[in-house]
Amino acid sequence: MIERTFLLRHPSVMVFIALLALFTVGATILSEGFGVGLISTSFVKTLGKTLCLCLIAIAMDLVWGYCGILSLGHFAFFGLGGYMIGMWLMYERTKSIVVEQLGAAQLPPTPEEVREAIGSQIFGVVGGSEIPAIWMFADSLIIQIALVVLVPGLLALVFGWLAFRSRVTGVYLSILTQAMTLALSLYLFQNDSGLRGNNGLSGLQNIPGAENLSQDVISVWFLWASAFALGAGYLFAAWMVSGKFGNVVRGIRDDEARVRFLGYNVEAYKLVVFTVTAVIAGIAGALYYPQAGIINPAEIAPIASIYLAVWVAIGGRGRLYGAVIGAALVSLVSTWFTSGQVPDIPLGFYTIEWVDWWLVLLGFGFVLVTLFAPQGLGGLVDALVRNRQAIAAPPPTPAKSAEKASEAA
Amino acid sequence: MSSLLEVAGVSVTFDGFRAINDLSFEIGRAELRAIIGPNGAGKTTFMDIVTGKTRPDEGRVDYGEPPRSLLRMSESEIARAGIGRKFQRPTVFEQQSVRDNLMMALKNDRSPFGVMAWRAARTDIDKVADLAEEVGLADHLDRPAGELAHGQKQWLEIGMLLAQDPRLLLVDEPAAGMTLGEREHTTELLKRAAETRAVVVVEHDMEFVRRLGCKVTVLHEGSVLAEGSLDHVTANQDVIDVYLGR
Repeated sequence: MIERTFLLRHPSVMVFIALLALFTVGATILSEGFGVGLISTSFVKTLGKTLCLCLIAIAMDLVWGYCGILSLGHFAFFGLGGYMIGMWLMYERTKSIVVEQLGAAQLPPTPEEVREAIGSQIFGVVGGSEIPAIWMFADSLIIQIALVVLVPGLLALVFGWLAFRSRVTGVYLSILTQAMTLALSLYLFQNDSGLRGNNGLSGLQNIPGAENLSQDVISVWFLWASAFALGAGYLFAAWMVSGKFGNVVRGIRDDEARVRFLGYNVEAYKLVVFTVTAVIAGIAGALYYPQAGIINPAEIAPIASIYLAVWVAIGGRGRLYGAVIGAALVSLVSTWFTSGQVPDIPLGFYTIEWVDWWLVLLGFGFVLVTLFAPQGLGGLVDALVRNRQAIAAPPPTPAKSAEKASEAA
Repeated sequence: MSSLLEVAGVSVTFDGFRAINDLSFEIGRAELRAIIGPNGAGKTTFMDIVTGKTRPDEGRVDYGEPPRSLLRMSESEIARAGIGRKFQRPTVFEQQSVRDNLMMALKNDRSPFGVMAWRAARTDIDKVADLAEEVGLADHLDRPAGELAHGQKQWLEIGMLLAQDPRLLLVDEPAAGMTLGEREHTTELLKRAAETRAVVVVEHDMEFVRRLGCKVTVLHEGSVLAEGSLDHVTANQDVIDVYLGR
């Protein structure tokens, strides 16, 4: 029992990693940048973004499916991660443009002039030219990457500490997390928030230092980066919940008071899970928005985090692949329906336009899953595997399992 | 003093109702004690106070050697200090196996990061096997706890308590809903546990208390009405009035 390695004990993890690798290589072969060009660059980006959404769904599954904290604010962390990397992308990109423009003048520009030009380029749209203090590290990729982890992590740490310490649980905690993401979104909508108000950050698909590379190539890079992050996130999450930590966290979900009387500091566990998942969400966001090209405060609206919960519920809570299935399926189908590729249905007196009606379909699907597959789509996978195992081998009798136990001991 | 737990002059009021009224109670290091009393006598509230779930309005609760106050400690700190509690309704983690339930209760590092890196050593596996043997669940280690019969769940919970290796065990109605054979087994378990530690059993069932054969404390309206052997307290006129009168 102890000799066997983590991966051997969890074959589903290996299956997942293999499928992910196959998918990524397959998409690369079909891409315009590196392969035969069967799928468009914009679709490669959609796939890459979907992988990022799968990653945040894993975070959501950890915090909700395993730990029982229905956080309806994890998209705030996702957005913050996007903003942090977006600041560097936008600043460096603007800087290179500005330097090129000023370079045409006869006198070389002073650093002062460059700063001013960058400021008016970026913040002219919100009626300013000063570079706000929060952009002070925007020229350093290393620091902004560190902030991708630190900003969501610290926000989650402080928020979680206050909420869990006061023993806020259940629906009250959900409302509190909604309030958090709403407050953050409203704050960012303001022009003087320092992050360009409702314009958000844009042009993020242009990677500074990679001006010579076409989007065909960059999109595949990001697909690989997203796949790598998803694989690493999946492994980490699976490792985290595989041992006693996972048992304690599931125990907290099922009976918090009992875990407390076993001597575990429930609040500390919740805080760890909440913060770790916020960091994962931040990383997912930092990979998502360079592929989306733009981020604005509407991305962190409360509804986004509710969708996240719907994906995980449809995919199946408490099983990591369930979260991935739910996020991938729902977000891809949603992209398809809202892209205008699905023909509208004219009924004569009324036309069903899928851009609007897709949400009705999603709601209907959610109801169906809740009624007929309460374990989610991932639960159907489980049932299938169990059935096949039951056919392959009859269930062990108590005596046999006792033998196994004594072997293990 | 050789007592492990000393409760002195404790009172608790809930919305004007005095659940515990100037209660004093002591228990030694290796002692079995039964607490009986009619409904609303404050038995469960007493346990809530000792385990940190409820904070008393006044009074002292000292535990251990040297004695330290439990009143400023959180539930989990009190549990780590060696006080284990079994609830009236069996509360085990139904979706997890008997083995995982016992592993979780096993006395080990309880900090989040310590637990994250922790993997069962051979001694832990042996200990869990021994505990399962002791509570009669050796054949069920791999079953989800939710599949166990009612009595088996109670034993699993007692096993989890023993796994914590507590110095003081608080057990709320362990025999509720058990068959005669199951009761005998439970009595044995509790008696054996009390050889090395303090065990407090709250029970309604007089027959079960008689079987335990220990000192009995009778609670009534939040304070101690009588204390002594079962025969002694059942001969007490006040106790008879409380149980039979009114």
